[in-house]
Amino acid sequence: MFGKLTLNAIPFDQPIPLVAGAFVFLVLIAVIAWVIVRGHLPYLWHEWITSVDHKRIGVMYTLLGLVMLVRGFIDALMMRSQQALAFNAPGYLPPEHYDQVFSAHGTIMIFFAAMPLMIGLMNFAVPLQLGVRDVAFPTFNSTSFWLTATGALLVNLSLVIGEFSRAMWLPYPPLSEYRYSPDVGVDYYLWALQIAGVGTLLTGINFVTTILKIRAPGMSYLRMPVFCWTALAANLLIIAAFPVLTATLGMLLLDRYLGFHFFTNSGGGNMMMFVNLIWAWGHPEVYILVLPAFGIFSEVIATFSGKPLFGYRSMVLATMAICLISFLVWLHHFFTMGAGGNVNAVFGIATAIIAVPTGVKIFNWMFTMYGGRIRYDTPMLWALGFTVTFVIGGMTGVLLSVPPADFLVHNSMFLVAHFHNVIIAGTLFGAFAGITYWFPKAFGFRLHEGWGKAGFWLSFAGFYITFVPLYAVGLLGMTRRLQTYDVPEWRPWVLAAGVGVLVLCGALFCQVMQFIVSIRQRESLRDETGDPWNGRSLEWSTASPPPAFNYAVLPNVQGGEPYWQIKRRAIESQQLTAEPDYKPIELPRNSPTGFITAFFCTITGFALIWHIWWLVGLGLFGAYVVFVWFAWRDREEYVIPAEEVARADRARRRAREEWLAQDAAREEWLATHAHPSAQPVGQA
Amino acid sequence: MSATEVLRTPHPLDFDPYKVGHGEGGGHDYVTGHGEGGPASKRVIVGYGFWLFLLSDIILFSCLFASHAVLQTATAGGPTGPQLFDPMSVALETACLLISSFLCGLSAVAAGVRNQLWTQVFLFFTGIFGLAFLLLEVRDFTSLVARGASPQVSAFWSSFFAVVGCHGCHVTVGLLWLGTMMAQVYFKGFRPNVMRRLVCFNLFWHMLDLIWVALFTIVYLIGEGR
Repeated sequence: MFGKLTLNAIPFDQPIPLVAGAFVFLVLIAVIAWVIVRGHLPYLWHEWITSVDHKRIGVMYTLLGLVMLVRGFIDALMMRSQQALAFNAPGYLPPEHYDQVFSAHGTIMIFFAAMPLMIGLMNFAVPLQLGVRDVAFPTFNSTSFWLTATGALLVNLSLVIGEFSRAMWLPYPPLSEYRYSPDVGVDYYLWALQIAGVGTLLTGINFVTTILKIRAPGMSYLRMPVFCWTALAANLLIIAAFPVLTATLGMLLLDRYLGFHFFTNSGGGNMMMFVNLIWAWGHPEVYILVLPAFGIFSEVIATFSGKPLFGYRSMVLATMAICLISFLVWLHHFFTMGAGGNVNAVFGIATAIIAVPTGVKIFNWMFTMYGGRIRYDTPMLWALGFTVTFVIGGMTGVLLSVPPADFLVHNSMFLVAHFHNVIIAGTLFGAFAGITYWFPKAFGFRLHEGWGKAGFWLSFAGFYITFVPLYAVGLLGMTRRLQTYDVPEWRPWVLAAGVGVLVLCGALFCQVMQFIVSIRQRESLRDETGDPWNGRSLEWSTASPPPAFNYAVLPNVQGGEPYWQIKRRAIESQQLTAEPDYKPIELPRNSPTGFITAFFCTITGFALIWHIWWLVGLGLFGAYVVFVWFAWRDREEYVIPAEEVARADRARRRAREEWLAQDAAREEWLATHAHPSAQPVGQA
Repeated sequence: MSATEVLRTPHPLDFDPYKVGHGEGGGHDYVTGHGEGGPASKRVIVGYGFWLFLLSDIILFSCLFASHAVLQTATAGGPTGPQLFDPMSVALETACLLISSFLCGLSAVAAGVRNQLWTQVFLFFTGIFGLAFLLLEVRDFTSLVARGASPQVSAFWSSFFAVVGCHGCHVTVGLLWLGTMMAQVYFKGFRPNVMRRLVCFNLFWHMLDLIWVALFTIVYLIGEGR
């Protein structure tokens, strides 16, 4: 009746996951109870859960990413504290639990923290920057989010029902095969990723279509903000890489469930084929995570330097070059496979070459800052911290790209330090820069600067205190994933890394406080004009938060940085352009399709993990019924009448007029302070 | 200072920090061919998105093909492909699928002139030939298993069943989709969203043909020639 699922699946004998799970469960129940008692459920259902508005979905993605970031960080705390205690001692985490912790840490951080953060920020900002009203497929967008949430739910469910994978964040066979991992851990991993992967693929299709087919009039390719370019590159990579992940994990599933021999020891299986296939996805994945962050830094650095981005076209070229080359380097993840000197040389050189476009970007950011009037607000601090830290990570990466050197530090803590260096400094700093940068646009008030800056400095310091020792201990020969060790030379470095992670705890506290304090002081942090940072791209031309339709009339773009142009014109003439002719706007209706699909996918995934076959059938049937029911709908859109559009836009124009009147001296300020390169071409 | 007004007249403050697009501008009237005319029509958007999905699906298949190529000789002492393949049955399957695809094309022609009867007739026979393909494939599979070539026997047969079976799964899902499309055409008529879906279904069905041609070549022809 319930397949492999029995009461024994709940780990009554292991206090840590049980208490943690019970705590999360109680918090969840408390939140749901609070929502119901306070009568917020209809609001939540109509305005968020069923919303197909890209801004709302972006916010939900980001929130999911932040929550899972904390979950993954707790795993990191456990690993660091275990290693701090486990010198010539067993520590407090038995091996089978420790192995779950590091597997869950990697899986959660990549798939359910970094990915949702990047996709969330793309969701929020890309349609606004393109000057349009939504993405190409709004209901798919909602479905993507809920499928990602399903994956996250399944991973967290493994905490209390059964166990999680012990086979690392990429489940290398033969360890992940049924023979060596007969429990449900690997199945939790596989089904969570298959379901979330479908969501990510839909996101990729959605955003490539949006960026290539839905842009404001006049928004030619070379007028798009760099964030849109990097989003395009990342989503092209998603379309090309995620099917590889689906196919590879699918083969492993066939091995585990039906006794196939793709990657087994026996029957002619080839386990190195798994490693090749998974990294053919895995390396592009690295750039799926970091390219959008590059875009965020480009926006932030240009805005807070008060200058157009230096070398825009070389930036675009570098982005697309990275997009292409990222598919030609996968073998550097396993130089030790023994592919031979020539093959390793080809991949080593390709890996070193990918540092060139990345270097181009770093120089462009530096030249953007050069001669600019830099404002050190929180987003800019994250960007500056990134440029310094990421260069170090990049250089250790180039070091690892040399096969003979790689053989020496393969699977050592040096490698662990390297990829944390690039992912934390790149993706995570990028996410925080993006969140502080676009938060006022999303919610209408800024985040508290003091807590934000404290959060940045503690993250910055904490990162170095944690990972510089790990570089060192890696060079001393410490391999990754050690549950216990007995080399006295390693001890001081491991303890230093433990101190670093405590500093990062402080950073986490400041970040949480930043949100709490900002929400409480939102009236004094209010952004009235919709342009709190003196921005340059279109999203700052609409109100904060933007209306559901984003723009009352689609902007007509006449150059790069269109909003900067509009703003200068308004300041010069001391008036806004004439009021446009408002027309009714059609918008997609909200739809529970995504939520219901994810509900059935959760059931199907859970049933597959526990071999409850009748429930699998029921879940799939439910998903099919939702599909037909959704196809049957008659009304896809609703209309916002012209008067309502006019009302919203007039309020925005009033705020802007006030701002113009208050700050008439701004024209003079611009004339005397702006850098020559910010002047009109031919007039400087 | 709104971003939303139509700004046509040149202004002394107009500038282009990236020095691109000079002389052409970007208004509706003089589109330079880089998608500057504003958002595309819904039909283009849906078709484009579906093409992207098909490309991703082709990549999925290419992984399976690559695995099959790698495992071509990994028969682990069990039977090889040429020993057990039934070329006659495969030829029949190919014929069924190609005829099905041709009929699907005819249904698109009928839908183009909004002919309910012929659209339904052609879609119905598209499904019939698709189903015939599927039944022949199932018959092939059962006969292979009966002759000792199940996917559990060796990595070669694992990859064979995975790649051919994945195509078969696509045909099955396509048939379910086809059923809902016939119902939609019948109950909802040829309204724009149904027409867009028909285009997508056509693309999907032809893509499955394309995959089958690749599969026929890589799995059966090259496999037979070994």
